[in-house]
Amino acid sequence: MSIIVPNAGNAAAMTRAQEMRGRSLWVDARRRLFENKAAVVSMVLLAIITLMAILAPLLSRYSFDATDWNVVSCAPDWWPDSTVMCNAGGTHWFGTDSVGRDLFVRVLYGARVSLAVGLVTTLVSLLIGVLYGAIAGYIGGLLDDIMMRVVDVLYSLPFIFFVIILMVIFHRSLFLLFVAIGAVEWLTMARIVRGQTLSIKHKEFIEAARAGGVGPLAIILRHVIPNLLGPVIIYVTLTIPDVILAESFLSFLGLGVQEPLTSWGVLISDGANQMEIAPWMLIFPALFMALTLFCFNFIGDGLRDALDPKER
Amino acid sequence: MLSYAARRFLGALPTLFIIITFAFFMMRLAPGGPFDSNRHLPPEIEYNIEAAYNLDKPVYEQYFIYLDNLAHFDLGPSYKTKDFTVGEMIAAGLPVSLRLGLSAMALAIFFGIALGTIAALNKNKGTDYGVMVLAMFGITIPTFVTAPILTLIFGIYGVNFLGMDLSLPVGGWNGGALPNMILPVTVLALPQIAIISRLVRGSTIEALRSNYVRTARAKGLPAYLILWRHVLRSSLLPLVSYLGPAVAGLLTGSLIVEQIFGLPGIGRYFVNAALNRDYTLMMGVIIVYAVFIIGLNLVADLLYAVLDPRVTYKR
Amino acid sequence: MPEPIFEIRNLDVRFATHDGEVHAVRNVSLDIAEGECLGVVGESGSGKSQVFLAAMGLLSSNGRATGSVKYRGRELLGLPQHKLNRVRGSNITMIFQDPLTSLTPHMTIGAQIMEGLRSHRRIPRDVAEARAIEILEVVRIPEARQRMRQYPHELSGGMRQRAMIAMATVSGPDLLIADEPTTALDVTVQAQILDIMRELKSELKTAVVMISHDMGVIAGIADRVQVMREGQIVEAGPVEGIFYRPQHAYTKELIDAMPRLDKADLTETARAEPAPDAPKLLEVSDLKVHFPIKVAPWITRPLRAVDGVSFTLRQGETLGVVGESGCGKSTLARAILQLLPRTDGSVVWLGHDLDTHRREDLRKLRKELQIVFQDPLASLDPRCTVGQSIAEPLHALMPVLPREEVSARVKKMMARVGLDPGWINRYPHEFSGGQNQRVGVARAMIVEPKLVICDEAVSALDVSIQAQIVRLIAELQAQTHMSLIFISHDLAIVRQLAHRVIVLYMGQVVEIADGDTIYFDPRHPYTKALISAVPVPDPRLERAKKRIKLAGDLPSPLATRAPLTFLKSKVIDSATAEQYRPKLIQVSPGHFVAEHDEVVT
Repeated sequence: MSIIVPNAGNAAAMTRAQEMRGRSLWVDARRRLFENKAAVVSMVLLAIITLMAILAPLLSRYSFDATDWNVVSCAPDWWPDSTVMCNAGGTHWFGTDSVGRDLFVRVLYGARVSLAVGLVTTLVSLLIGVLYGAIAGYIGGLLDDIMMRVVDVLYSLPFIFFVIILMVIFHRSLFLLFVAIGAVEWLTMARIVRGQTLSIKHKEFIEAARAGGVGPLAIILRHVIPNLLGPVIIYVTLTIPDVILAESFLSFLGLGVQEPLTSWGVLISDGANQMEIAPWMLIFPALFMALTLFCFNFIGDGLRDALDPKER
Repeated sequence: MLSYAARRFLGALPTLFIIITFAFFMMRLAPGGPFDSNRHLPPEIEYNIEAAYNLDKPVYEQYFIYLDNLAHFDLGPSYKTKDFTVGEMIAAGLPVSLRLGLSAMALAIFFGIALGTIAALNKNKGTDYGVMVLAMFGITIPTFVTAPILTLIFGIYGVNFLGMDLSLPVGGWNGGALPNMILPVTVLALPQIAIISRLVRGSTIEALRSNYVRTARAKGLPAYLILWRHVLRSSLLPLVSYLGPAVAGLLTGSLIVEQIFGLPGIGRYFVNAALNRDYTLMMGVIIVYAVFIIGLNLVADLLYAVLDPRVTYKR
Repeated sequence: MPEPIFEIRNLDVRFATHDGEVHAVRNVSLDIAEGECLGVVGESGSGKSQVFLAAMGLLSSNGRATGSVKYRGRELLGLPQHKLNRVRGSNITMIFQDPLTSLTPHMTIGAQIMEGLRSHRRIPRDVAEARAIEILEVVRIPEARQRMRQYPHELSGGMRQRAMIAMATVSGPDLLIADEPTTALDVTVQAQILDIMRELKSELKTAVVMISHDMGVIAGIADRVQVMREGQIVEAGPVEGIFYRPQHAYTKELIDAMPRLDKADLTETARAEPAPDAPKLLEVSDLKVHFPIKVAPWITRPLRAVDGVSFTLRQGETLGVVGESGCGKSTLARAILQLLPRTDGSVVWLGHDLDTHRREDLRKLRKELQIVFQDPLASLDPRCTVGQSIAEPLHALMPVLPREEVSARVKKMMARVGLDPGWINRYPHEFSGGQNQRVGVARAMIVEPKLVICDEAVSALDVSIQAQIVRLIAELQAQTHMSLIFISHDLAIVRQLAHRVIVLYMGQVVEIADGDTIYFDPRHPYTKALISAVPVPDPRLERAKKRIKLAGDLPSPLATRAPLTFLKSKVIDSATAEQYRPKLIQVSPGHFVAEHDEVVT
């Protein structure tokens, strides 16, 4: 492999052209991310879905928990299969569910819960994981050994089952859901952060900073954290879909969010029960969820390619 | 090597112990006893029942009784299904779950390696993109969506292909007959196929780029020999480390699959136990699961050491 | 000239990259005759390796080669794999630079040697095995039969490269292409490998292509030389012509830039001798740094990285520290800078005994003592601009300085080390290795230290850049009268700068003398071997040179007996016993040599 070394003359010419402005790694990464079509499309789609979820009450005249016994399990007007029992009428764009609630609004309300769980729980795991991993990695030695041993043990637990126990034992609530799933997801974050901290700690530029008289706190703030950010951002984007999946998994089993509140998992569970007579009840929530997970994964992959240190 | 295996085995025991302890005390922390939902019983009868289940004793004593019973492979009576012990129920359900899980695992490993290698060999070509888009589907579309959709297609609508009826039963175990196995095993294996093929693709690309593969090419070896001798072993190492998490993933998936297809496995017992607050049954299932996960992690460690001569057996 | 067996005509190699097409090799033509050795020399990125990778069909997947490559009249370029494989690995073989990554980690040495042989000729396993053992003995691998069953990671670097050579010669090729075969090795091991290659060439009559950046290596082995630069051949001819009558300016530059052991002071700046009454800056006595190494779950053994080193350094003086990998030279630097805790001994700076636990001492020390690291890119934080990196010691050590003053000083310093001050907001990845190393020097110099330690500061750079950086350091020293500790594995570089030289072996000093004495009158057998192993870029001298060889590789630094390699008579035959420590004996004023057995030559 040949490495192209920018020769001095060229570099000097470039300086004059673009006056003293350097290209930081972040700028480079952003450029590469925006060159990745899949990631850009995903970001746009995700933004639209998020906006729709936030603005849900304004987008439809139906409320998410209003039942209408005149339109029970009715297909949307445009449904191609004409053998359905009934059509719901003009403004039920996604049809109605088995108690006559508008599916469009419910899918968006489901998005609210699923996205909120995804974000909050990831933040919880981020907080615990980064603190834990950074401390273990930076201090090292015996403390690191003990802390990582704990993570190893927890890692080999069938953790989703403990989440289920938690949900069974205590009253099911959104808050508990955040905590329980967050308690599972922080482990990987802690491992990644620790590994990264360890490798950064042994880099020559940290030694150079120490030789230059920079104190430990300043080294962490100025050198360790900025270099840690890349992998953490990548992992965060990949954790959110994981969490959304875990929540919908619990909801599907009937252990997650409770009625009348809803999430994609709950909707898919209802839809699966009705799919023979009302397939739209399965298809729309499943489509929205799959699309969202797709977006997060593509963005995560795009970020990985953009920030991958191997490229340098 | 043998002493390395023995050491790893001894190292795994405390983990199992911690899981049991953790699970036990969490159950006992639960507000309300297991019989709360029953209609109100006279106090003396309630007391008798509690005594029969040792619930009148202090918690730590209950803990030791439980441990003692466990040492004799006795998981205790089920709180809800009065006629069976937990041990009996697991003995009935385990063969079903095991068959399901192992078949899915075999399927996932086979197709995962095949697809991943093919994608890596055709890097950045149509085949590669095709495989990777499929893999993305496998990762993002959850089991509880694929299961009903496949059921809809193969079970309810039915599929006729060149005059052959390819319809499959949509549920039931039927003694593990092949047609009953196809859908659940496929659904269970799909996400793992996706993850494994991504993993294998990455490590194969890395191995193909390595200096030692260049050396092998410089020796004039035919392509299949290079792939078989030089590439495959290193490209499969990450897969071996993934075995543990893969088992956890399959177990999680089995909860859903057994539920949807109505299979009498322990995953379904677990979900029902969770919904009914049958604590002893939940404990029993968790312990069985933990044994599997820990066991497979152990196997993965040993396999890794066998495959990679650089791993030292010391430490 | 005899009929060529290998002809390259108008070869072009292009790589498709994200930043557009890279034209790595431009219109290269060359011939290789039977049994001759062609040296191909050039700096990194000159395309010298790509020429031969292309010829062998080994380009990475984004590479395209056009032109013609003929082996005994048969066109190789564009040949389908299975046809190419009849020639590749059998008539033409190749040796690569890094033997650790170039050998398959999960296959035994024996299996890797035999598989090539057996895929080209259908011979039974036992015949192949006998042939493999035979060839391992030819490349002087001891206990060949046992080595066959070992994995690459179980061998030392030198042994691995021998195995690699065995692998490439086992099929009896006509042409052996060696791509920087000794670059990753220590200089004494390099000398052994080059000896083996010379023997192979003369005994087996194999034609050899020696690709190297090192003019000294080329001078010692090549019959003809091709000089490459930016993908093109700039000059070609017989070795003596190239070295004694170079025509092209670039060839002259390469030869001139090459530091030479036999001639000091290549830099135009005369070495400023320290004043005779210059004050003592640094006094290191009996410094020890041991690391605990786990050898079994509950047993740790000390790795004696630095084991009792003493020296003094005066103001304005340059001390060279020389030794091979694992001799403890970098650990020594870090221990003096208090970046690593020392196990024993003392470091006295300007009369103050430095106590690592006293913050006050440490702060003061940092301002006066600085370091330049080996890898210019790794020693700069990729997320900081070069300006921030250079300013960092100022911020940390002189927090009272106003912002404008800091910026002004950084710009001034950048200009002094030959960087455009307008580049202050640029990032390390936008610069070349040489420019980044200038940043490293600027960062060390910004606080106007009294002593700068250069830890292999030029080892990662191309020779022409190396010469520039050495010159820069010498100029800065002349201006500021600072002291230098210049650490390197490369004796020739140390020779350019150092007033006094310390030779380290296994964490201990084996010889101290002033720069000239150590080269013209070395006393210790290790120093002699080290000096004779350095290739001199002068074909006649290099070929006539009497070599003092060391048998085998460097011993493991964990072995307590290791430092007694040259004093076998005092070895106590026990793994745990405290071994005798060779004493330094003064042979003439300022020239100390460690006790050693007399070597019979």
